[in-house]
Amino acid sequence: MAYETVVGLEVHVELATKTKLFCSCRTDFGDEPNTNTCPICLAYPGTLPVLNEAAVALALKAALALNCEITRETKFDRKHYFYPDLPKAYQVSQFDRPLGRNGYVDIEVDGEKKRIRIERLHLEEDAGKLIHTPGGTLVDFNRGGVPLIEIVTAPDIRSGKEAAAFLTELRAILAYAGVSDVRMEEGSLRCDANVSVRPVGETRFGTKTEIKNMNSIGSVERAIEYEAARQMEVLAQGGTIVQETRRYDEARRVTVGMRAKETSADYRYFPDPDLVAFTIPEAWIEEIRESLPELPDARRKRYVEEFGLSSYDARVLTQEKAVGDFFEAAVAHGGDVKAIANWMMVEVLGYLNKEQKSIDAVPMTPAHLSRLVRLIEDGTISGRIAKEIFPEVIATGADPEALVREKGLVQIQDAALLEAVVKRVLEANPKSVADYLAGKEKALGHLVGQVMKETKGKANPGLANALLKKALEARRGAGGA
Amino acid sequence: MAAYGDLLEERIPDLRRRLETGELAPEALLEAALERIAAVEDRIESFIALDPDAARRRAAALSEKRRRGEALGALYGIPAAVKDNIAVAGLPMTAGSRMLEGFLPPDDAVVTERLLAADAVIVGKANLDEFAMGGSTETSAYRTTKNPWHPDRVPGGSSGGSAAAVAAREVWYAIGTDSGGSIRQPASFTGIVGFKPTYGRIPRTGVVAFASSFDTVGVLARTVEEAAIVYDALHGFHPSDTTSLPRDREPVAPTLGRDVRGLKVAVPTFWLVGLHPDVRARTEEALRVLEGLGAIVEPVDMPHLAYAEAAYTILTMGEAASNLARFDGLRYGRRFSDARDLAALYAETRARGFGREVKRRVLLGTYFLSAGRYEDMYVRAQKVRTLIRRDFERVFADYDLVAGPTVPTPAFPLSERLSDPVAMYQSDRLTSPANLAGLPAVSVPAGFSAEGLPIGLQLVGDVAEDALVLQAAYAYQAATEHHRRRPAL
Repeated sequence: MAYETVVGLEVHVELATKTKLFCSCRTDFGDEPNTNTCPICLAYPGTLPVLNEAAVALALKAALALNCEITRETKFDRKHYFYPDLPKAYQVSQFDRPLGRNGYVDIEVDGEKKRIRIERLHLEEDAGKLIHTPGGTLVDFNRGGVPLIEIVTAPDIRSGKEAAAFLTELRAILAYAGVSDVRMEEGSLRCDANVSVRPVGETRFGTKTEIKNMNSIGSVERAIEYEAARQMEVLAQGGTIVQETRRYDEARRVTVGMRAKETSADYRYFPDPDLVAFTIPEAWIEEIRESLPELPDARRKRYVEEFGLSSYDARVLTQEKAVGDFFEAAVAHGGDVKAIANWMMVEVLGYLNKEQKSIDAVPMTPAHLSRLVRLIEDGTISGRIAKEIFPEVIATGADPEALVREKGLVQIQDAALLEAVVKRVLEANPKSVADYLAGKEKALGHLVGQVMKETKGKANPGLANALLKKALEARRGAGGA
Repeated sequence: MAAYGDLLEERIPDLRRRLETGELAPEALLEAALERIAAVEDRIESFIALDPDAARRRAAALSEKRRRGEALGALYGIPAAVKDNIAVAGLPMTAGSRMLEGFLPPDDAVVTERLLAADAVIVGKANLDEFAMGGSTETSAYRTTKNPWHPDRVPGGSSGGSAAAVAAREVWYAIGTDSGGSIRQPASFTGIVGFKPTYGRIPRTGVVAFASSFDTVGVLARTVEEAAIVYDALHGFHPSDTTSLPRDREPVAPTLGRDVRGLKVAVPTFWLVGLHPDVRARTEEALRVLEGLGAIVEPVDMPHLAYAEAAYTILTMGEAASNLARFDGLRYGRRFSDARDLAALYAETRARGFGREVKRRVLLGTYFLSAGRYEDMYVRAQKVRTLIRRDFERVFADYDLVAGPTVPTPAFPLSERLSDPVAMYQSDRLTSPANLAGLPAVSVPAGFSAEGLPIGLQLVGDVAEDALVLQAAYAYQAATEHHRRRPAL
């Protein structure tokens, strides 16, 4: 029997506010444990929450960037459960009036476009973090009270690849909107997946499992693929799926059962009496909507229409806002757009990937990239020389033009100078000359290569080619006479 | 010392004048209070914690302040008690519970800051029902406060320590909290004035939460004028409590004495049934006094008052279960367990740290919020709350005040209702509606039962009409002598 995979994602994203959701403690990642805490976020008796308006603004921005409808009459609710990382023993969250509803993200997988619906987006506070040591379990409350948005998708995802595409796009949108630094490795973006399978054609959902502990987009993709295959195997063997929470083990690349969910937890939600219900002014929503920058999808369309790039190239260049910004700045400094795009995708991204750096962290400026491309265009240097000096340009921020002069790499454009080299090469390679004259045109390539070698790459390849041809044809004429 | 005895019967405005001129020193007034406390405290047991040395240092510092010629606050040098669910930095805060035994709050509550900014002297922390849950102060884990009028009667609760301390002349005023009557009911039982302002008038920051949407900080004093002076020093918005309200348009104390002629007073018929005969009689007399002052007193029907108690019970217990979930012994307070297992650690600490009444309410509150019960119980109770608010709105469209008795009975005997929670909850029947609707309300002495136990008259105003409530109570008090009688101690 053929099965299809059905996936819904729950994504938690830490908002990029300076302070926590209900107190003025800082939200910085990686500080000494329990230094960013106060009586409010430690739930001392008598403390009261004061809502951080900046967090509401960022959550609204995220909701609008994800095409959600805004719930203007909204409120906070308490979600109760006992755990040492939750000092009040309730999490302030939103139950039946989430800030955003009915949004979507469009993705593209293997050339196919697809819309993934977002059911809800709500604002809540993060819990602290447990640190297990041989001596016992410790709690770090620095993260406790940091503002989070929880984004819940409809069960529209059909594969690990689609989930990865969704997360990649979601990450890009949220980064573009500036609502979060979306770093999965630091936990500022976390994802759980509800996975089930069902026979193709079936409209009811199968029993789902919830997969946790996926620390990268790649591991979300692998975990879903593994889990779907596992469930299909269980069903093929005549077994049934147990509704449970499973942990993804990245090292072994398997999911492992954690606890069975016999009954759903009763969180006893009720409206938080310390935080009065409030109405979001229409004008505020409009102000935030207008403050949204161009989002990845719009930028991609513009790259295709305005710059004539392929949709693939447009996608690569817009994945990260900073990369797109760099590209556009370089284009603004002049040079062939497609050439700049190619340099960005091959050399720049290749370097960043190899060095594990972000584009903001390299000394090279967009002006440098533009100049490098223009040096090739005006014949000052060859593409080969450009590639040779590129690592130095990107790593040190050296001006390509100065570098070319300093190293004496300016292309030989003077025919008189090159003619001497051509003569020497023809004399030193009688076999190639004979081959060419015998009709083996390919021999010309070897001879050009020799000219380049003699000139240490500085010969203008076009000029060298023309001069060689001319000299060879002259010989053919002489020989025939 | 006879001189001290005289001081105890002086009122705050007179004392304040004498302290300002230097005729009386804060130290001397404090010693009068401490001497009185030493004389009666082992019979009354108003306080959970006393810190005479800190109070003496404070009085000396205030004396110094006067010598430096600085401006002196409205409560300059007047000794006060603060209910022990309100944080005073430097003094332990137990909320009457073993759970918080030895807990030192890191900061002053906002109300404490304001007391100190007004140059008050805090002598100690007053006893209360555990986490303010109770109507007799008997659920305190520490001691049983007695009614100064009768050694075998409860002082009421939950602000029973605050009320007894004022009634026994241990202090001139006290700060309490009122979520369903916890200031007014003990004020009624001990023959003093208890004022619960509009919800939010005095910020809750630093007050241990019982039921957040009900909890209201207020004042207990011997006279309406004194309650108004203290209220003026304490009320107004604070950014740390986003449910708090702005200050009144003008200070209330200077407006006392305004004419109440023509004031329309509504008396809910439901509030005149099921009363102790003496309460009924004193209430009728009090209403006649108001009429004598020119007020128009008329009966009204408020159909949803009969459901107030049920709604109050469900909503406050739900909120309490949530608010008290944080007491797990992990971060502060006492941990009553060495368990290595997390569930056992929670269970043992909460089983041993909380008393019976608190556990009863946490369990019931958890039940009221649980899946399957929530719609039937909690949501329905919220609807009743809305209906009660509307009952008041309707009445206040035509009337200025709602009046009636504060409590259906005079103070009941110690331990009588401790094992009968339903009877205990009954004593909130007439006071909880003002909390359900967030309204300002005062209890003012209205005479005595045949046994000589005090009985209170309750006046309730519309939202933010705190001044009107106090003005009417002042007019009533000016026309009566009940507040002048003192308990034989």
